This record gives sequence, structure tokens and C-alpha cells, in this order.
Amino acid sequence: MNIVVCVKQTPDTAATVTVEDGKISWGDAPLVLNPWDEFAVEEALRLKEAHGGEVTAISLGPEDAKEALKQSLAMGCENAILVSDPSFAGLDSLQVSKVLAAAIEKVGEVDLVFFGRSSVDTDSGITGSQVARRLGWPALSLVAVINSLDPESKRLEVERMLDETRQQVAASFPAVISVVKEINEPRYPSFMGIRKASKAEIPIWSAAELGLEGDLESALTWPDVYAIPKVETECEFIEGETPEEIAAKLVDRLIEEKVV
Amino acid sequence: MDFRLTTEHEMVQKMVRDFARKEVAPTIKEADRKQEMTAHVLPRMGELGILGICIPVRYGGQGMDYISLGLASEELEVIDTTLRVVMSVHNGLASMTLFQWGTEEQKEKYLAPLARGEKIGCGAFSEPGAGSDFANILMTGKRDGDEYILNGEKMWISLATKADFAVVTVRTKSDVAKPSEGLTAYIVELDRPGVSRGDIHGKLGVRAGSTGWISFQDVRVPLENRIGEEGEGFKVTMTAFDHGRYTVAAGATGLIRASLEASVAYAKERSSFGKPIARHQLIQEKIARMARDYEIARLLYLRAGWMKNEGVRNTFETSIAKHFATDASFHAASEAIQIHGAYGFSDEYDVERFMRNARGAMIYEGSSEIQSLIQADYALGYRKDKAVRCELPAYDSQAWQS
Ligand SMILES: Cc1cc2nc3c(=O)[nH]c(=O)nc-3n(C[C@H](O)[C@H](O)[C@H](O)COP(=O)(O)OP(=O)(O)OC[C@H]3O[C@@H](n4cnc5c(N)ncnc54)[C@H](O)[C@@H]3O)c2cc1C
Repeated sequence: MNIVVCVKQTPDTAATVTVEDGKISWGDAPLVLNPWDEFAVEEALRLKEAHGGEVTAISLGPEDAKEALKQSLAMGCENAILVSDPSFAGLDSLQVSKVLAAAIEKVGEVDLVFFGRSSVDTDSGITGSQVARRLGWPALSLVAVINSLDPESKRLEVERMLDETRQQVAASFPAVISVVKEINEPRYPSFMGIRKASKAEIPIWSAAELGLEGDLESALTWPDVYAIPKVETECEFIEGETPEEIAAKLVDRLIEEKVV
Repeated sequence: MDFRLTTEHEMVQKMVRDFARKEVAPTIKEADRKQEMTAHVLPRMGELGILGICIPVRYGGQGMDYISLGLASEELEVIDTTLRVVMSVHNGLASMTLFQWGTEEQKEKYLAPLARGEKIGCGAFSEPGAGSDFANILMTGKRDGDEYILNGEKMWISLATKADFAVVTVRTKSDVAKPSEGLTAYIVELDRPGVSRGDIHGKLGVRAGSTGWISFQDVRVPLENRIGEEGEGFKVTMTAFDHGRYTVAAGATGLIRASLEASVAYAKERSSFGKPIARHQLIQEKIARMARDYEIARLLYLRAGWMKNEGVRNTFETSIAKHFATDASFHAASEAIQIHGAYGFSDEYDVERFMRNARGAMIYEGSSEIQSLIQADYALGYRKDKAVRCELPAYDSQAWQS
């Protein structure tokens, strides 16, 4: 199995977002491997461990996105590639999918591509499907379980997590899979992995190397970003001897506040 | 001089932090209340390699350096002191002592399973009648052919009921010029006939850990289990403390950080007299001191770790790091309670546990008074480092990882 997992460097989920002069700021929050992508890396590693082969982590981003790749290497990925170019800055997800698809094609002979369900910073959750479309492969999104996978017949069956139900989907691969957190429990990096990762020389693929020079134009831009006005909430406990009394008091309060 | 941590160090920090936050923090209050160590803690620390972090790969360890040991200790104690105590006794007192003084056979037979986390180790030195005055311990070892017969009791031993092996120092000779000359150290399997042990309950702190007694009644130990030469036990034990104290220093640094983080969060949230208490200068003074002490403690332990990496004796530097960080961690935790007001006085918040846990480290691995004596002796020139027969090897990444 030749597996690619696309990972992104994002701010720590504990970080708070602020808006300064129409720009989003995460303050000095530490940058980490996008938490959703940890599940993608884990699932890729489990499939490799079960069926053999190797896992390549790919990240599109600036130089410091290497940290996400190092984390992936430390967890057990064999290879890591940073896809980076000044012309990649601020691309919308449609253009990002073009770059990632080109990188996946350059890796060559890929069986499966994994994504996390979304990234915690932009939270669009569509990059995986867009990449699948560009590659012409099935898109299996929001996967919670891989029920079976047969490298011989190149068939797999998964369960997708939908709002109220789970949907079983059978597909052939190569395919693109995005995973939800229910799929596994990501491992911590091992000390051996940490050593390997901290010594790794991570290759950088530029727009030119992917044949994408002058070929990227975002359809979407963010001309302005503003913070929504702060909503002040107050918590009030309604107490009483019996549920009926509490309910009656609650109705009075709701009428008083003109809620009903 | 480079004060930055390497990528490797940062990844170690994150890995250990994630483990402690995810797998220990959620149940720590309950374990502390029940005065019981959570069952999964030691096996998980073993599986993840934390129990063999700085031991060479060829002895079952992970081949990281001594700075990594310190960083891991700091991260663990941010969540709970009992996790760091494991580093002090299993890694510091037991494994590193075997690594420094053990024969090749001892390293294979005892160090490797400890480093792999398959067995747990402890260091049994203190007795009911002697702690600081360690040279005057009473437990005896008598040579009988190819064996020693051990008799006596060790007290206040961390992991007493969890450990499989103990490094034990006893008196083998009493007609000596100085009491410290008559001591000998052993590695003892605690399932040998004649060993009994139990936990001490009702402790002020480290309640989610194990501290107990080990009694030895005619326990026969083969000659091969002796660590170092006969009469070398005092030196073996003192170097063990250089390792244990280092982890205590690093851990106490983590406890300062934990108190600081809790205080900053609470001070911004809680208001009095129309503003967040963080805006009151008297609260700011407390926070400022915690921030300062954290930085000092961190620099002190990292220097000691660096010296260990370089293979330089660090008894003085480690003593300062341990003394400063443990005193400062108690102060920080106590001030954190003050900042939390009445809520800090309840176990709904973590800070009261921080204070109870901080208190013990001012007593064990050399009390604050004993650290002052060590430091004064160095400062006055009464004490100078003398080479020991076996020094802790300097860290060599090639050798550690092959
Ligand atoms: C939680 C916990 C865990 C422990 N874990 C271990 C362990 O794993 N292994 C182990 O071997 N031991 C362990 N100990 C024991 C610890 O090392 C001893 O408690 C410590 O060395 C102090 O000895 P003591 O309690 O006998 O006090 P004492 O030595 O009786 O001292 C009493 C007081 O007198 C002071 N004092 C003593 N001598 C002097 C002096 N010359 N000048 C000035 N003041 C002095 C001391 O500082 C202290 O304040 C642990 C203790 C605790 C509390």
C-alpha cells in the first residue's frame, strides 16, 4: 500500500482567535499538527501496519509547516514532503486542491489519500473532496470505520458518519478518505520516531516542480474579516420546591423577558 | 551559549505533556482522594518508553539525553507530583545507578527490564531511625559464602509496593573509622523470601502514589547482586541522589509552572472591587514571583542536565537546583491558593493538591537543610568533588542509540 496523508499546521486548539485590522490573529499560540489530521495519520499508519507499504505525509504551507510534518514522521510516517512556494500563500481551497493533487500525482502510484475532517483554523472541510475530484478518484468523506480493505482486488468498505445515521459505502481504490475522530485513538510519537523526525531533511516541492507556475488564481478572497459583537450571557438558576413550581417561575421569567 | 531547546527536546516535551494531560489529569483528583495510584499509570509510562527515557537503546532504553529526562519530569509534575516521583526513583535512583555502577551482567539482568518498563525499580535508603544522617543506617548485610544475608527495615520508600527491584544500601561493617565507610549497595528482587512491605497512608501529599516500608528478614542475596565494591555503598547512594535530585528539581519547576498557570487563569476570571483581581498590584506581585521563580528554576535544572550530558559532576549544581525549585514550588503553590481565595482551599481546584505535593520534596532526596549544608561546604571549600570509581557516562547520541 502506498498511502499519502495530507496534513496541515494549525494553531493549538487552546488558542483564542482575535481580529486585528481586518486580519485574523491567533496570537502567539503554538503551531501544531491540525488535531483532526492526527486521526488521518493514525489510520494511515494502521493500514500500513496491517498491509505493508509506506506512508508519506504532505503539507502545503510555509517553512514552519515542517513542524506538522515532523510530528507525522515521529508518529511513524516513512516520508514527508513540504509543498511550499510564495505563490501558494492565501490560496482558496479549490486552488489548494489543485496543488495537493499535483503533489499526489508526483508521488505516483498512490493507493489511498487520507485527510482529517477539516482544519481547525479555516474549518471548510472540503479540501479532501476537491482533491478527489481533481484526481478522478472516489471521495469517501467523514469516515468513522474502515470495515474491510483488500489490496488484491483494490476494494474497500467504509462507514461514513452522518448526522443521525451511519452509511456503509463500498468503493474501489485509489480513493480519497477523510476521517472523523471516532475512527481511532491517535498514538503519541515514539522516542525513536522523535529522533528520526528531528534529524529528517524534509524536501520542498515548489510550484515549478509541480508544473503549476503562474497557474493558480483563487476565486475566493477575504477582503475583510471582523469580529462579531460580543454576546454577554448571564446564568440564572430558577429554583423551587416542585418541578411544577420551577416551570411556572420559568414561564413568568420568559414572559417578563419578552422571550415568549 | 545556546538557550534554545532542540526540535527533539520540544517533541519530547509535547509527547509527555499530551500523555499526562490526556491519560492522567482526568482521574488525578479521584486517585488523590482514594490515596491510590491509578493502575494504568506505570504500564503506560513503560509502554511509551518514559521509564527508560535516558538509558541507551542497547540496555532497553530510548537513548535520549539527560535534558530529555528533566523536561519529561517537568511535564509530568505539571499534572501530578506522583508521576514525577516515578522518574526520580525508577529512573533516577534505580536505573541510572545501575547504569553508572552496574556490571555488564547486572545491566542486562536488571537495567534492561527496568528501562523497557517491564519491571519497576525503587531506591531504599532511609530507615525508621535515619534519613538525613544516612551514614548511620542500621540495616545489616552479612557475607555467608556466595551470598549476603540482609536484615533490617527501610522506611518512606517511594514505590515500595509497586517495585520489582530495589537498590538497597545496608551496613556490612561496623568497625570502621567513619560510619559511611561500612556501607554496601545491592540490587534486590523484592519477591525474595523474607521481604515484606506495605504502603503508608495518611500522608499530606503524593497521595496518588505509593510511599511505604520494606522489611528484610534474613533475605539471602547472591554476590552478583552487589552494586560496586563492599564498602562503596555510601558513594553509590550519593551519586544516586545526584540523579534523583535532578528529576526532583525539574519536577518542582513544573509545579511552579502549574501554580503560575492556574493563578493567571483564575486572576483574570475573578473580580473584586470592580476589576479582575489580576489588576490588583498585590496579586501581580505574587504572579511576578512565580514567573521569576519558574525561570530561575528552569535555568538551574537545565544547567545541571547539560552538565550530566557533558559528563561533568554536578552535585553542587543539582543541589542548588533541587533546593531552589522545591522551596519555590511550595511558595508558589501556597500563593496560588491565596490567589484562589476560599476556592483554593477546596479540592475543587488543583492548587491545594499542588501545595500538599510540594511539601514532601523539601524533605526527601536531601531536605532543604541538608542541601544548605552541601552548598555551604562547597562554598567554604570544605568539600571538593572527588572522582568516583564509576562516573555517570557523558551522553553520546551515537553510543546511546546503537
Ligand atoms: C514522600 C516521601 C518519599 C520518600 N521517598 C524515599 C525513597 O524513595 N527512598 C528513600 O530512601 N527515602 C525516601 N524518603 C525519605 C527521605 O529521604 C527522608 O525523609 C529524608 O532524607 C529526611 O530524613 P528524616 O525524615 O529521617 O528526617 P531527619 O533526618 O530526622 O531530619 C529531621 C529534621 O532535621 C533536619 N536535620 C537533620 N540533620 C540536620 C543537620 N545536620 N543540620 C540541620 N538540620 C538537620 C532535617 O532537615 C529535618 O528538617 C521519602 C520521604 C518522603 C516524605
